[in-house]
Amino acid sequence: MSVNYIPAVFEVLRDTDRCIKCRACERQCANEVHYFDEDFDKMQVIEAQCVDCQRCVTICPTSALKIRKNQNEFREGANYPQKLIIENYLQAQTGAVLLSSMGNPVDLPVYWDKILINASQVTNPSIDPLREPMETKVYLGKKSLDIKRGDDGEIIPDTEYPQLELDVPIMFSAMSYGSISYNAHESLARAATQLGTFYNTGEGGLHKDFYKYGPNTIVQVASGRFGVSKQYLDQGAAIEIKMGQGAKPGIGGHLPGKKVNADVSQTRMIPMGTDAISPAPHHDIYSIEDLRQLIFSLKEATEYKKPVMVKIAAVHNVAAIASGIARSGADILVLDGFRGGTGAAPTRIRDNVGIPIELALAAVDQRLRDEHIRNEVSVVVAGSVRSSADCVKAFALGADACYIGTAALLAIGCHLCRSCHGAKCNWGIATQRADLVRRLNPDFAYKRLVNLVHAWDHEIKEMMGGMGINSIESLKGNRLMLRGVGLNDRELEILGIKHAGE
Amino acid sequence: MQKKEGEIRIPSGCAITGFISRNGNRISGGDAIKSIEVMHDRSNGLGGGFAGYGIYPEYKDQYAFHIFYESSEAKDYTEKYLDRHFDIINLSKIPTKQVKEITKEPLIWRYFVNPLPTRVAASQLDEEEYVAQCVLKINKDHKDSFVFSSGKNMGVFKAVGFPEDVGRFYRLDEYAGYSWTVHGRYPTNTPGWWGGAHPFALLDYSIVHNGEISSYDANRRFIEMFGYQCTLQTDTEVITYIIDFLNRKKKLTLSEIAEVIAAPFWTTIERREPKECERLKYLRNVFAGMLITGPFSIILGYKGGLMALNDRLKLRSMVVGEKDDMFYIASEECAIRAICKDAEDIRAPRGGEAVIAELNEEGRRKCL
Repeated sequence: MSVNYIPAVFEVLRDTDRCIKCRACERQCANEVHYFDEDFDKMQVIEAQCVDCQRCVTICPTSALKIRKNQNEFREGANYPQKLIIENYLQAQTGAVLLSSMGNPVDLPVYWDKILINASQVTNPSIDPLREPMETKVYLGKKSLDIKRGDDGEIIPDTEYPQLELDVPIMFSAMSYGSISYNAHESLARAATQLGTFYNTGEGGLHKDFYKYGPNTIVQVASGRFGVSKQYLDQGAAIEIKMGQGAKPGIGGHLPGKKVNADVSQTRMIPMGTDAISPAPHHDIYSIEDLRQLIFSLKEATEYKKPVMVKIAAVHNVAAIASGIARSGADILVLDGFRGGTGAAPTRIRDNVGIPIELALAAVDQRLRDEHIRNEVSVVVAGSVRSSADCVKAFALGADACYIGTAALLAIGCHLCRSCHGAKCNWGIATQRADLVRRLNPDFAYKRLVNLVHAWDHEIKEMMGGMGINSIESLKGNRLMLRGVGLNDRELEILGIKHAGE
Repeated sequence: MQKKEGEIRIPSGCAITGFISRNGNRISGGDAIKSIEVMHDRSNGLGGGFAGYGIYPEYKDQYAFHIFYESSEAKDYTEKYLDRHFDIINLSKIPTKQVKEITKEPLIWRYFVNPLPTRVAASQLDEEEYVAQCVLKINKDHKDSFVFSSGKNMGVFKAVGFPEDVGRFYRLDEYAGYSWTVHGRYPTNTPGWWGGAHPFALLDYSIVHNGEISSYDANRRFIEMFGYQCTLQTDTEVITYIIDFLNRKKKLTLSEIAEVIAAPFWTTIERREPKECERLKYLRNVFAGMLITGPFSIILGYKGGLMALNDRLKLRSMVVGEKDDMFYIASEECAIRAICKDAEDIRAPRGGEAVIAELNEEGRRKCL
């Protein structure tokens, strides 16, 4: 047997004085890191299997456990960091594409953190959401400015195009049943319903049990067409065509076969245990005019009652693509940045393909305005919106609403160990193993999602109030409310904002 | 070098006043000066201006252009442009008198013009849109020329200085009109440019405004999709364009415009009866980019009337009052009392409530 070159990524530290050998860690770890060694009468670990999901640390009744980065170090070198060396060992061993999950963790600029928000002083009063009305309701959809009047001269309030009404400007982004669990989906659906917003089925179809949440559901149609039927389309409040995903621009979805159990198989309409690999393109879309046909096919199928959204990954030419989509009948455009999450993606693609959402959003919003078609389409941003401050910055750059995925999963217990593709999520989120899924209780989880969004909504209102803005419409595209710090002229120009101090 | 208005955005506080004779009696600009003068402390000497309606009855069918020039070269260049696009019926310097408080005046000229019918036809625009586009073009592209008034039978007069001095400088007691609006400005730094003073006007619309809107850039970036260029970066400019767009182009009534720019809160809308609720929701949704937030009180002057409007939270003072056929609007009651001691029914309109006063039948017969 050859030597295993691959060291453990983490160290599991156990305080043996505290450990009472209750073996809870052993029972709770789906990665089988912990085991009880009867010969020595103590708990042992197989560190190489640890993903640092923090489950054992969290549930340990005596706080005996800590996980930290493996302190063992390869010889340092800036060109070949340890991570890269290990990845090459791994590929030499398996001959396979590297897989990863969740958003791109690479140390590339996060523009949100280089943008600061304004507040009023003296010339314009700041307003306090606890004392004054403050509004964050949003309507998404194409807006026609053609006023129609009846014979009595009164305006006929017909928007012409279907609209989505959001009580809060935040939605839950596409995460398929399959990539995440039944209980996770139920939590998202119930939270969206209570919040008056929407969650998104992702590309895995919609479990029949969740049809009742249809008015708060966006149903996705992706290149694999998993679970797509007339009945499915009819359930949703809107239909989203997934052309691309920020985490893996240029390729289709990946669902490892070990996540395809009986229920998932039925919902997706695929055999049990098979990998569900969506094609890179839609096989009926090889150009923009084909997209138009799919948009209108879906509109025909649902009698023009539902907005059709088109989601694309933020890539280099995003502004021109967005403009093409706006002219192709889409009601809502979704931009997904290169830091967006995923249940499984090739590592090299996740970490190297696509562009930051902040720049993509700024470029798209400006292009649509330059071409006088900003009103023709709403713009929703995703990947990655991490806090209410990111939301405020996104709105001021021009977004109509934000999608959150990773933040929503954090709310229900995700610890961002980025191992979803392993299908052994100890938090019951990114797994289909019944014993693990049971750990996620939707009755509690949905409330945590509601709490998170309520908290963000209130923070958005406070920041708006500070700027003297009492409704979100007045924040949208209001770039004067932003300033950059530490950005060069080119970056400022693309973002369409001034530097702090100007 | 200090930046000129338009190169930088300057927040201002202000005083506004306005009145209309609904019977169409022509009132001296002297009254407008008297009314604004008592609110001296609401301005800081960095801008004042007037708009008078019904002041050019002898040229009431021509567009009256008031233009500032910073140089005679600019004047030559712009006059050539005017010649190509308009039939100039009359041109003259706008008469002024020396007032020691008013200095650094540009060249100030007035033109009564008719658009050239062949050019209008070739542009495929209606006449007003043709004129508006010519004005916007000059203001955007002609260096050192600025058209600050372009309506019919109305005129704007403005300068850097206290408004009462500006009024005397322009000899406004020699003009008479059925309605006047006045503005005294309190900007937070020195723009030093006359074009930046208010009122701001396009065609027959003029706006005087007290406030600092927090929605400015959202509004600007929205309205610029429809052929407008916000060259001055002032609230007044963007509000004027929004009203021009909604009223002239989209044919919304003034009260509908108020429901767009100072829209009722969603909770208020939901309490209305279903049909009204649908209508208000529709307006707010479709024209979302034109909602104006932050403090403002404005007086819109237009052919035959005035509209007063406060922001929806009423963050700026504004009162109205009446006496016989006269209707008054001002930042403070004293500005009304200064010209009408026994004004009646003085009240503060609610936030978002449009108050409209227009010429009655007799007035329309006399003035329009």
